Amino acid sequence: MNKDVTFALSSAGVGESVARGQLDRGGVAMNNKPATFTLDGKTIPFSAGQTLIQAAMAAGVYIPHLCYNPEFKPHGSCKLCTVKADGRHTSSCTHQAQDGMVVESDTKEINDERRALLQMLFVEGNHFCPSCEKSGNCQLQATAYEIGMMSPHFDHFFPDRPLDASHPDYLLDFNRCILCSLCVRASRDVDGKNVFALSGRGIKSHLIVNAKSGRLADTGFSGEDKAAHVCPVGVILKKRVGFAVPIGSRSFDEQPISATPHPGPAAATLPPHPQGACPVGPRSNAATLPPHPTVKDV
Amino acid sequence: MGVESPARQKKRFSRFATIESLLMASPTDTHAEYLDPILSRHQHNANDLLQILIAAQDHYGYIHSDAIDHLSEQLKLPRSKIEGVSGFYSFLHLQANGEYRVLFSDNITDRMLGNMDLMQSMCSQLWVEPGKVSEDGLLSINTTSCTGLCDQGPALLVNNIAINRLTRERVNAIAELIRERVPVSAWPAMFFAIEDNIRRKDILLDSHLKPGSALAALLQRGTHETLHEIRTSALRGRGGAGFSTGLKWEFCRDAPGEQHYVVCNADEGEPGTFKDRVLLNGYADMVFEGMTLCARIVGASKGFLYLRGEYRYLLEHLQAVLQHRRQQKLLGSNILGHADFNFDIEIHLGAGAYICGEESALIESLEGKRGTPRNRPPFPVTHGYLNQPTVVNNVETFASASLIALHGGAWYAAIGTDTSHGTKILSVSGDCERPGLYEYPFGVTVAQVLADCGAQDTQAVQVSGASGVCIAADEFERHIAFDDIPTAGAFMVFDQSRDMFEVARNFVHFFAHESCGFCTPCRVGTSLLSNMMDKLAEGHGSPYDFAEIEKLNALLQSTSHCGLGHSACNPVLDTIAKFRPAYDKRLAQKDFVPAFDLDHALSQARQMTGRDDTGAHLERSHE
Amino acid sequence: MNAETKKLRVATTSLAGCFGCHISFLDIDERLLDLVQLVEFDRSPLTDIKTCGPCDIGIIEGGLCNAENVHVLREFRANCKILIALGACAVNGGLPAQRNHLSLSAILEEVYHAQHGLVDGFIPNDPELPLPLDKVHPIHEVVKVDYFIPGCPPSADAIWKVLTDLLAGKEPELGHGLIHYD
Ligand SMILES: Cc1cc2nc3c(=O)[nH]c(=O)nc-3n(C[C@H](O)[C@H](O)[C@H](O)COP(=O)(O)O)c2cc1C
Ligand code: SF4
Ligand code: SF4
Ligand code: SF4
Ligand code: FES
Repeated sequence: MNKDVTFALSSAGVGESVARGQLDRGGVAMNNKPATFTLDGKTIPFSAGQTLIQAAMAAGVYIPHLCYNPEFKPHGSCKLCTVKADGRHTSSCTHQAQDGMVVESDTKEINDERRALLQMLFVEGNHFCPSCEKSGNCQLQATAYEIGMMSPHFDHFFPDRPLDASHPDYLLDFNRCILCSLCVRASRDVDGKNVFALSGRGIKSHLIVNAKSGRLADTGFSGEDKAAHVCPVGVILKKRVGFAVPIGSRSFDEQPISATPHPGPAAATLPPHPQGACPVGPRSNAATLPPHPTVKDV
Repeated sequence: MGVESPARQKKRFSRFATIESLLMASPTDTHAEYLDPILSRHQHNANDLLQILIAAQDHYGYIHSDAIDHLSEQLKLPRSKIEGVSGFYSFLHLQANGEYRVLFSDNITDRMLGNMDLMQSMCSQLWVEPGKVSEDGLLSINTTSCTGLCDQGPALLVNNIAINRLTRERVNAIAELIRERVPVSAWPAMFFAIEDNIRRKDILLDSHLKPGSALAALLQRGTHETLHEIRTSALRGRGGAGFSTGLKWEFCRDAPGEQHYVVCNADEGEPGTFKDRVLLNGYADMVFEGMTLCARIVGASKGFLYLRGEYRYLLEHLQAVLQHRRQQKLLGSNILGHADFNFDIEIHLGAGAYICGEESALIESLEGKRGTPRNRPPFPVTHGYLNQPTVVNNVETFASASLIALHGGAWYAAIGTDTSHGTKILSVSGDCERPGLYEYPFGVTVAQVLADCGAQDTQAVQVSGASGVCIAADEFERHIAFDDIPTAGAFMVFDQSRDMFEVARNFVHFFAHESCGFCTPCRVGTSLLSNMMDKLAEGHGSPYDFAEIEKLNALLQSTSHCGLGHSACNPVLDTIAKFRPAYDKRLAQKDFVPAFDLDHALSQARQMTGRDDTGAHLERSHE
Repeated sequence: MNAETKKLRVATTSLAGCFGCHISFLDIDERLLDLVQLVEFDRSPLTDIKTCGPCDIGIIEGGLCNAENVHVLREFRANCKILIALGACAVNGGLPAQRNHLSLSAILEEVYHAQHGLVDGFIPNDPELPLPLDKVHPIHEVVKVDYFIPGCPPSADAIWKVLTDLLAGKEPELGHGLIHYD
């Protein structure tokens, strides 16, 4: 896990470098005696300026998160990373660690809250995983597996969010946008392009692109952009790579998200499959269960 | 249109012609014509984007897509940013929204005075549906959050200018004026005669402070000493949070930075609050003087007054006061002849976003951004406007500071209670004979205020607005004070005839409408909560829904990013705790029933097939 | 008390689903034999019983796309002590709910009037036919649902795990590899 926090250092031009500049590879403070806090009873060392989640990740402890990506300035909006620090709820991706702090994360109370937040994200958009190319590589889905979300629980909003398929190489399916702003931050802070922005307010908040026509094809977007590879869910998708890796054998089918090094960019750049798209693919949803593998055509 | 008389046709046609010429005027150079003066007024400063957009919108009543091209080029801002900012504020429009834009204030007090009927009446007179633009593009009618005229409601805004005391006659007259296309500037002045309604004066409202006198006292006493007086006075913020004003100024003064800033929070968006409106109308000098004192103390040379868009009609008056103060050397350079005392104030307008009253969202808005609350810490005192040390205080806080500078901290601290010093201005509205402003020393009981304002048969008082507390009759002996009932000033009275469930539902709708959408719990949770309250209102609630509401409440309180989300559930929690029967009445169903009307869900199919047999219908609940 | 008298009664049905979840259910293979030792089936495509009597467990595949679905779902809710939503469509509407952003009138118009090759198309209006709802809903939006087994379809193992947990009187739990939405 150590390497996960270190590439924060290399992303020049991204804010908060002061906060992160004091990290070394091990997430241990450079000054003599490392300051520590406890996370669910486990002692976590940290260096000055580190946030709770940075220190936890460096120590190999998973705290659920969606809008946080170690490469970017924290946003603090999804609230999945909520923990209780000294008894008070706070976002671990923005809260700086302090010596002697007592932090709770993996408790029933907090996981129940996280589950409700996930359910909100699911009903707010239109998430039909079986027909989503991101399925199995999706952080929202994987986090929901991790937290044991069995149903969306709330009533669905079923919003109307048209697709944008204008770009020759990329597709935008806004139905799945969770407004984490990672693409906004990547395009603005890394690509220097401002292709994406948030508009609207409240439940009407939505993603827009930088074009008078409102179409991705008319922006400066390119597949080489950082912004093309940061979406934690299935909004910004490369065309013509559908089902290259069969559902059932994708990142989070193999390993739960809690055991996966930070998945953001890697999961988003799947190699195109030589045989091309397989629209409704064969699948195994019991990959980890040898006695009764079910491989079925849907 | 075939059966219209020629005269009427002609009238319609001429109307069309004008609208069309408006809509069609689009080449970039025509936009440059009206945009360039706006841009130069703002020195092409991208931080002033919101101000530029507000001014730009005046031209067509919306921000034309081609105008964004020009602004983008001139301000060197991406189009996505300009659209993102415009999309955030209720009063900014990217599409044509009518030449006349009518917004009915929709606070619970407006509702109690019959605003919905009046809106319906205006809609039917003008053939327009609420929330839509009329077919000929002439007008749109919609609701908006509390406009701060609860003491003289129902109220509306027409092209962002307030009209009070709506009656059926007034609404008919307005409909006629719109139909006849009379420019708003030519409407009868009495429509716009906003009253102060000051009912009880104490040290502040009765101070008759001579402009400059507090500044003179400051210069005489010394900067350090004046801060000491503010500390001694134990003045705490009047905007709601109640932070020590002296401490805030001290922190800001001590914070390193290239520039320090002083910001007066006149966003006054909390439903039921309107005291800042009156202070700015009648006591603006005191407010500006307080800001100037603060500037001297923290070392700022620039200040902002962030004026909510709903109070735009106060802008000219406030500009005039500022100008007068400059002439009197109370503002600008060399204030009162001191070469090292330079400070000026700029007024920034809001554009229909309650969240911009939250200080960090306000600063974002001042910087021309979407009004999203920042992650805190760092706090504005160290990292505020342009990341520089910034004091943000409420209007009433600054006015009180002027008094303290003049009369001393001990004098002020002696007023009120042991823990809450000085006076507090209450904005009283709702079921009472004399709504308006009441200034009391801290410690006054709710019962006293009710007696003074002529409230009878009172069931409850909502203190401090939608995000405040609901006080039931058995608590009327409690005190207005930081350690008992703290308040930003709202005091809405409800008599026994009122349905407290409907009060809470109105507030929940308010929060859903005003949620900035940044964080998951509040963005989605306030809408879920508002849907659940609607479900209860329609009689489809069961104990299941009730439990759901309580769970949502807890989630919003614990995981929301800012105060809006934290307090969005307060009205529900309070009314459940204190007015349970109002809810029990709604739990008509023993078992869970759906939130949507199943029979209605078949109506499209019925219409398309022409069927109406029993099989073509569904009961909402399973008998 | 012998095992016979304690047998739990289970009913299953498919609403707006594709029977994939039922097929997956049958995929518990030889464990089906263990299962019938413990349960007996009421209304189900497996038994051909047409109405649901009092049951311990009702299992619903598919969401609600028409009036008939609502009637069947209510019949299940009224008769079953425990109601389980089986599969993506029952849990969140699934594939059929992807029509929800279109208006039903537009859909009917397109299918029965506008489609290429249709001459004098008309929208069937036989009272025998159930009317479509304007939106497809997951079942928990219309009745209270006790347990959910997500997946499209859920694996046989997931179904087996939930049923055996319930039979053993435990709160069902699906760990990694068994919870799937796809
Ligand atoms: C959602 C929200 C809305 C607020 N609205 C206002 C407002 O309209 N006016 C105001 O003075 N303070 C408002 N506040 C409080 C400000 O954040 C801030 O505490 C205050 O302006 C500080 O000034 P004071 O110390 O003089 O009270 C609001 C806070 C929140 C969380
Ligand atoms: S984005 Fe993730 S959660 Fe949403 S449909 Fe795709 S896989 Fe499912
Ligand atoms: S498109 Fe993806 S990265 Fe961008 S805001 Fe939406 S969910 Fe986040
Ligand atoms: S609590 Fe509401 S208003 Fe505050 S940041 Fe979150 S969404 Fe915005
Ligand atoms: S990860 Fe911290 S709020 Fe999203």
